[in-house]
Amino acid sequence: MTAPTSAGPRPAARRMSRWNPRNPWRHPWFLEAFTWLYLVWSLVPIGIAVLFSFNKGRSQATYQGLTWHWYFGDKTNSVLHNPQLHAAVIQTVRLSVLTTVIAVPLGVAFALGINRWRGYPASTFNFMMILSFVIPELIFGVAMFLLFTVLFTFVHLGTIAEVLALVTWNMSWPAIIVQARLVTLGPQYEEAAADLGASRFQTMRRVMIPLLAPAIFASAILVFSGVIDDFVLVDLLSSNAGNTPMSVIIYSTQHGGNGGPALNALGTIMLVMSFLIAIIGFGGYRFLTRGERGSRLEALTTIAGSEG
Amino acid sequence: MRNKNGFYAALAVPGVLWLLLLFIVPFYAVLAIAMGKLDRLFEVPVAVWNPFEWSSSNVINVWRDLFGSTSFAGPILLRTILYVAIAALLCLVIGYPAAYFVARFSGRRKGLFLILLIAPFWISYMMRMLAWVDLLQTGGYANKALSWFGISAVNWLGGKSVTVILGLVYGYIPYLILVLFAGLDRIDPALIEAGRDLGLGRVRTFVRITLPMSRQPIATGLLITVLPMLGDYYTNQLMSGAASTSMIGNLIQGQLGTPGLEGQGAVLSLLLLLVLLIPMIYYVVTTNRSSQVAS
Repeated sequence: MTAPTSAGPRPAARRMSRWNPRNPWRHPWFLEAFTWLYLVWSLVPIGIAVLFSFNKGRSQATYQGLTWHWYFGDKTNSVLHNPQLHAAVIQTVRLSVLTTVIAVPLGVAFALGINRWRGYPASTFNFMMILSFVIPELIFGVAMFLLFTVLFTFVHLGTIAEVLALVTWNMSWPAIIVQARLVTLGPQYEEAAADLGASRFQTMRRVMIPLLAPAIFASAILVFSGVIDDFVLVDLLSSNAGNTPMSVIIYSTQHGGNGGPALNALGTIMLVMSFLIAIIGFGGYRFLTRGERGSRLEALTTIAGSEG
Repeated sequence: MRNKNGFYAALAVPGVLWLLLLFIVPFYAVLAIAMGKLDRLFEVPVAVWNPFEWSSSNVINVWRDLFGSTSFAGPILLRTILYVAIAALLCLVIGYPAAYFVARFSGRRKGLFLILLIAPFWISYMMRMLAWVDLLQTGGYANKALSWFGISAVNWLGGKSVTVILGLVYGYIPYLILVLFAGLDRIDPALIEAGRDLGLGRVRTFVRITLPMSRQPIATGLLITVLPMLGDYYTNQLMSGAASTSMIGNLIQGQLGTPGLEGQGAVLSLLLLLVLLIPMIYYVVTTNRSSQVAS
């Protein structure tokens, strides 16, 4: 990540223009145009959808002027006043908080234990954890649905089933990211602490946890935003309007027909929530890794879940 | 040493127990239901926990649906493979140049480009699908744009394969691009400069150096898009909703919600898992190896 990637003008090439087709180091304008075209295609539709959440009319296709109507103005159909939409916002926040609070400590402890625990069982369990990371969500969702409807029937479909499934599904973020950090740290810090007479708990609390703080923080951000975005598990495991989060409401209302701009408002609220989390994540990660050699770009990719 | 191992094992125990109870046991439950029987009176699946009493009736039913003479699931399977293959290929064709440009040529603007590439990650999948549903409505902006060129309105959302594939590409391409970017960004520019210095042209440098070195990111990136696409049942529901565009995910999800068919849904999802197990393990092994090399 730290290596410079732009080739830069060679001294010999500097005499030729960036536009000259015979310049071997000319700027690839065609590629740049293609990239911009892709970005426009990828982001402009979202902008239009956000715009429609402020639409004066009932249409999601024709722009008719701006209003806060669909957020709180309308007494029956706005996000604030429609009980279903209102409950969905609360349920999404509830699931995100509960899942993060449970999954992150479990995953971090798992990573610490598995990484330093030498032996066959450790690698087997680690393999299991990574498998839970790559398994298609529908297959895992089917397993969860059947588990709660046939075997553990005392867990009814609803918030508890959703949280149990989301924790299992998201625990691999802290487990994988913290392990990657542990591998780069190496054993020397722990050994130094032990040499200086620290007990194992002191080593954990005073040395390891502070060193791992950026990784723990990044994984918490990923879990939280992952739950906001989650659809399959909550779709299969929700049972009534009280425990249906925003993503499922958007899906089930829209695919029956025209959902109206209130749905766009709901989507925009999700978007704002996620962006806030992203900004907190980026700022927090930069703060926790201050004084390290990491770059801003590295913080960006880490918060997006690609630490390589 | 033994004592030290015990301390670390104790740290891992809660996570391990959680995984056993909510990851391994569920899959045994799926197996027990797949191989189980049906309570004909109440139309509820009966799980059979003892492997010696397993019945194959669900498997036979699914097999008949998939490959029998009156199979209705066979075409769905073929369609799924076709959609996913086309969508994954399009993701690669669109995603590679963009990732390549940002990794190699964006220079000081790399941060800006990276933010724009990553932005879709932070926008809910459903919101992104909703955006296209808005655009593609009969009176929507897509048709308005076409009408400038004198093309009459198209009913995009009325069960068109093109729309579903567009939805799949749009939905999953950010994951591919980020993997490609991370891989391409790691290529040492000195290697490329060496190729150029030794007289290779732009195209041949790319074919001889960059492309071979990006084989691994391409494979991982395709995997990371194909795996969720195969379990997708919502994109086509939003973009078309017609039975003529349904995929294997719709079949599984539909059977799960139909009393008496849960067993067959279980068989199907296990079959899908079985097929995907090899690519999944490949992914786990390669990412493990590369993280060891990186450290």
